[in-house]
Amino acid sequence: MKYLSRLPALLLTVLLAVPFTAMHTLPAAAQDITVGSKKFTESVILGEIIKFTMTGNDIETAHRRDLGGTRILWSALLKGDIDIYPEYTGTLRQELLKGTDTHTLPLLRAALAKQGIRMSAPLGFNNTYAIGVTKETAARYGLATISDLRRHADFSLGFSNEFLDRGDGWPALRTTYRLPQQNVRGLDHDLAYRGLESGAIDGIDVYTTDAEIAYYDLFLLQDDRNHFPVYDAVILYRADLAERVPGAAATLTRLEGTIDAARMSAMNGAVKLDKKSESTVAAAFVTDRLKIAATPSDSGFVARLWKSTRDHLVLVIISLGAAILFAVPLGILAARHDRVGQCILAVVGIIQTIPSLALFVFMIPLLGIGGPPAIVALFLYSLLPIVRNTHAGLRGIDSGIVESAAAIGLEPGASLRIVELPLAMRSIMAGIKTSAVINVGTATLGALIGAGGYGQPILTGIRLDDTALILEGAIPAAVLALAVQGVFELAERAVVPRGLRLKSNG
Amino acid sequence: MHLMFHLSDISKSYGPLFAVAHTTLDIPAGRTTALIGPSGCGKSTLLRLMNGLIAPDTGSVTFDGEAVTAANASSLRRRMGYVIQQGGLFPHMTARQNISVMARHTGWTAADTESRLQVLADLTRFPLDALARYPAELSGGQRQRVSLMRALMLDPDALLLDEPLGALDPMVRFDLQTELADIFKTLGKTVVLVTHDLFEAAHFASDIVLLRDGAVEQRASMDVLLSAPASTFVKKFVGAQRGLNGARGLNGEPGL
Ligand SMILES: Nc1ncnc2c1ncn2[C@@H]1O[C@H](COP(=O)(O)OP(=O)(O)O)[C@@H](O)[C@H]1O
Ligand SMILES: [Mg+2]
Repeated sequence: MKYLSRLPALLLTVLLAVPFTAMHTLPAAAQDITVGSKKFTESVILGEIIKFTMTGNDIETAHRRDLGGTRILWSALLKGDIDIYPEYTGTLRQELLKGTDTHTLPLLRAALAKQGIRMSAPLGFNNTYAIGVTKETAARYGLATISDLRRHADFSLGFSNEFLDRGDGWPALRTTYRLPQQNVRGLDHDLAYRGLESGAIDGIDVYTTDAEIAYYDLFLLQDDRNHFPVYDAVILYRADLAERVPGAAATLTRLEGTIDAARMSAMNGAVKLDKKSESTVAAAFVTDRLKIAATPSDSGFVARLWKSTRDHLVLVIISLGAAILFAVPLGILAARHDRVGQCILAVVGIIQTIPSLALFVFMIPLLGIGGPPAIVALFLYSLLPIVRNTHAGLRGIDSGIVESAAAIGLEPGASLRIVELPLAMRSIMAGIKTSAVINVGTATLGALIGAGGYGQPILTGIRLDDTALILEGAIPAAVLALAVQGVFELAERAVVPRGLRLKSNG
Repeated sequence: MHLMFHLSDISKSYGPLFAVAHTTLDIPAGRTTALIGPSGCGKSTLLRLMNGLIAPDTGSVTFDGEAVTAANASSLRRRMGYVIQQGGLFPHMTARQNISVMARHTGWTAADTESRLQVLADLTRFPLDALARYPAELSGGQRQRVSLMRALMLDPDALLLDEPLGALDPMVRFDLQTELADIFKTLGKTVVLVTHDLFEAAHFASDIVLLRDGAVEQRASMDVLLSAPASTFVKKFVGAQRGLNGARGLNGEPGL
């Protein structure tokens, strides 16, 4: 039985390799170009604007919106899952290319070029931090710059918790300007605007393109010592785009310098405060500013629901199906060989301890974004309940029954098929049902890496503070979980032998 | 004499403990041999070595002249019926399915299977309508009949029975003892029967093998065990059994 000692390693390899290779063979999208955007309003609007600009120049373009955070977009761009996405120079310098000298635009371009990435000229706005006050406060204290705050030690400040901690946040700001204020509170960013309006606080931190700046008619103090880094909006795109889609790079230059801060914050406001769709706002922009005809691509409720249902079902069915095909044999192997069994249970157990969000994100460097990495993550996540229940179901069979099966002359395979698996079926089905329900719920995280599904409306709903949109994802996900549970209960009735549902009389 | 089983210097240990220790044992064909001894002396292990359910650490087992190996154990077992104390019936199959599972597996026709079922039900006096029931719907005695029918289905050369009546209440047990003895007589097959009850052993066999700590202590008839015990252990074992069965006659017949 020497080969058994090599089995766990082999097993793990096969376990990971098969779905990975299967996923790679999925067909790519038909579009020439794919634009990505992060999961905040401004990024989604910019993504739509890029899409409309491209399609207006007859370049077929898809927009994968709300993909997640900076890291996800950056790796998707490097991998080629997306070709273009809007980014900020500050983020490139402080986060993505940290440790490289990028303090001038040419240096920054050079650093990006090394990774096969090109950068447009700035779009025209700088979305950095600023200190905002109401116009009345500014007039009353005679404030124009942050330096002016030095004269008003009793000035009360309310900052977001992130700003209180950041390297370029309050501690550094206070040092740069030698500010005397002691009355500084940490509070939620959205509440800060209300506190300011009610007069409870005098100044807050804002993002310079926040829609609320215009809405509350705030005055931004000038950063006269250039403390805050510049976060100029730019467009990043892959260097190979030029040869793949001639004219694409030239088309992008049309957007350079076209969006100033006022315009950007007005568009943010149209979405966040006036509840218009990003697509409507973006279409209006390209029509008005670039004279490109664009039709907002908003789908109705039914179409949206159908698309997320379809995406969600694809994620669940493929990953769960593969998990069943893999986990049942693994459970059988585990039940038949003690040592190998312990390895198998340990490995699938460890996979289960990886937080699900982390598991999804781990898949990106290997498989990029979209359905395939989500399916692999869900597949791995669905293994444990099935393997464990298959193992337990087989091990739980009375030893006299297994012994009798062998003793009457059934070969091991026949014993498994005719006697052991039917007897373990109830436990196996329970494992599959558990996996299925977990899978349906966990699949909502797929939206974070661009796999769509019911997570998409939930994510967008959270971003826009739109409860109806959140429910548009949450309710179907719950209904689907119940439906899956019901289906498996029916299936259980069909596959669990009748004799097992009888109570023994002795 | 035709030997059905030949066990030669056979041992099986679990950790430091010998369940069977260097035992040599011949089982003659066409007769009933009883294996007896206190709990844990290795009776079941010996039976499992005979049908190859476990492999011996040392020594060899032959069945009808053929060495029992891992490779041929499954096919040889079809020529040895096996019944255990709890019956070992498959709870997801009806009595009929339990009995005919091997016939189906080896490709018998439905007609052959059904006629064999009738013969066996007749032999064991099992009610035909109960064949459709699941084990959970049968009485203890009925379950053992089904288990015996399953063991006999392929018309094996030998029957290995591991305390087949151990789980039954005394009345049923006594009835079935009588019936089984009749059946064995009718069939004329090689039977190896394990029991821990000396009087049950005597009821079935004149050839009794008394085991102690995985080795044969004495092999003789009941009378000889009583009149000429080979050791104080045999004397004590027999004495204890007589104490337990005080009300019963020496031949296993009920005392008055
Ligand atoms: N699978 C096993 N693992 C460990 N020990 C065992 C196993 N089977 C039997 N034994 C031990 O071997 C000895 C003989 O067991 P067994 O043959 O079942 O005895 P008997 O049937 O005479 O009561 C006992 O001490 C028992 O505990
Ligand atoms: Mg025993």
